[in-house]
Amino acid sequence: MNDRPGFHGFRRSDGRVGTRNHVLVVPTVICSAVVAERVAAATQPIGTAVPHLAGCGQLGPDMRVTHDTLAAYCGHPNVGAVVVIALGCEQVVAQTLAEAARRHGKPVEIVAIQSEGGTVRTTEKATSIARRFADVLAAQPREWCEASELILSLKCGGSDYTSGLASNPTLGRVTDRLVALGGTAVLGEIAEIMGAEHLLASRATRPATATRLIQIITRVETEARALGLDIRGTQPSPGNIRGGLTTIEEKSLGATHKGGEAAPLEDVVAYAAPITRKGLTVMDTPGLDVESVTGMVGGGAQVVVFTTGLGTPTGNPIAPVIKITGNARTARQMADNIDLDVSGIMDDTETLDAAADRLFAEVLAVASGQPTSAERLGHREFAIHRRNPTI
Amino acid sequence: MKAALVISERDNVATALQPLEPGRELTLSGHTIPVREAVPSGHKIALRAIHAGEAVIKYGSPIGLATAEIAAGAHVHTHNLASTRGRGDLEVPQADLQPRLAEPPDERNGADRKNGTDTR
Repeated sequence: MNDRPGFHGFRRSDGRVGTRNHVLVVPTVICSAVVAERVAAATQPIGTAVPHLAGCGQLGPDMRVTHDTLAAYCGHPNVGAVVVIALGCEQVVAQTLAEAARRHGKPVEIVAIQSEGGTVRTTEKATSIARRFADVLAAQPREWCEASELILSLKCGGSDYTSGLASNPTLGRVTDRLVALGGTAVLGEIAEIMGAEHLLASRATRPATATRLIQIITRVETEARALGLDIRGTQPSPGNIRGGLTTIEEKSLGATHKGGEAAPLEDVVAYAAPITRKGLTVMDTPGLDVESVTGMVGGGAQVVVFTTGLGTPTGNPIAPVIKITGNARTARQMADNIDLDVSGIMDDTETLDAAADRLFAEVLAVASGQPTSAERLGHREFAIHRRNPTI
Repeated sequence: MKAALVISERDNVATALQPLEPGRELTLSGHTIPVREAVPSGHKIALRAIHAGEAVIKYGSPIGLATAEIAAGAHVHTHNLASTRGRGDLEVPQADLQPRLAEPPDERNGADRKNGTDTR
């Protein structure tokens, strides 16, 4: 123990720190996803699966993103052991996923449906392996870790006018505080930076980082034209517009508050790619909540803070997702999904700084093991971003 | 609770924190404006007259262009404000982008993968 802010986490042999200690049950392909879910269900809450719709029939770049995202989860600090459920004839190779787990010092075993002899035998064998791993993990103690070892994922969804005024600036203050302590934060959702990129680019520590941010935003705008589409059909969403947000610029300016006001922009990385620099990183993710959270956790985030105006249940298979709202009605109506109510900012009964104090304490408590609403409710949404058709 | 909030002194709109009814007068950041029409909570009200084609400013930055003449005290939303972004139009002038695009695109950020998670 010392005076610096910190939490009790799991220190890994690769030097990283986890906030959870899961047995990850990873299907190589959609065909083995149901077996993986059954194995995880038999060993929850330590066992957790990442069922997905891909792993075969994908073109080069999508195949690589699928593989790299699954490999990133196998090596993630919130994972203590891995069971790979293979089919046998798929594109994603079980051995390379197992190798990703081993490289990060995690015990791993592969069970393949075709060679094991069907669903029943595979499920039985993999469940007994997962139980053995879970018994070992359950006995591992947490250790004191400094807050600077956290990578915090910054997310917003179901935004309304309270998001830009209350929950996002509260999270922004926590981002600035964490980065000032030597920690890391990651912001995704490129379409929701559009219109606010000048604010982030001006905080870039290297010209190449600002350039990369603008290139990625330009690509998203160009893609909209290539499809003959107008991004206004989806951004802002119909719910955003009912809530008073008129344009993507307005939504982005409110959303970008999550990244704080002072934290230097250190890096811009591809979807689910490793976050290696302290400070603020922007990740190239779509705005769709689950794909975005899946990518940022893949990059190494151990805790997610998710601000919402209208309310949403999204969780993640391996990282705790903290829900915070500035909308008093949402806090009441969706009480089971909301962890922190900062609506006092809207009626002047709480300052942004006081709300940020509460959120920072919540982040450290959750990092130390306190379950979030999403974890209690079993929300483990997982979706890998894809850009091309299935062949 | 305040009736409406002005976030930056550069803004030409305020955000209603409660439903605003026409006939009421508001004083916000030195502007005294009549509420000209019903403005739902969370929606925007013009602090001063905004001409068609002029930028609407919130959070101190442009959030789009007025598509019609907007009177002080009018409701500002999709009927009189439109985005200039995400419509395929490149907002960054090509001339500004050229030197930047000279850097080779690095889609998977290979140069930064030094903590061993690279699976290739």
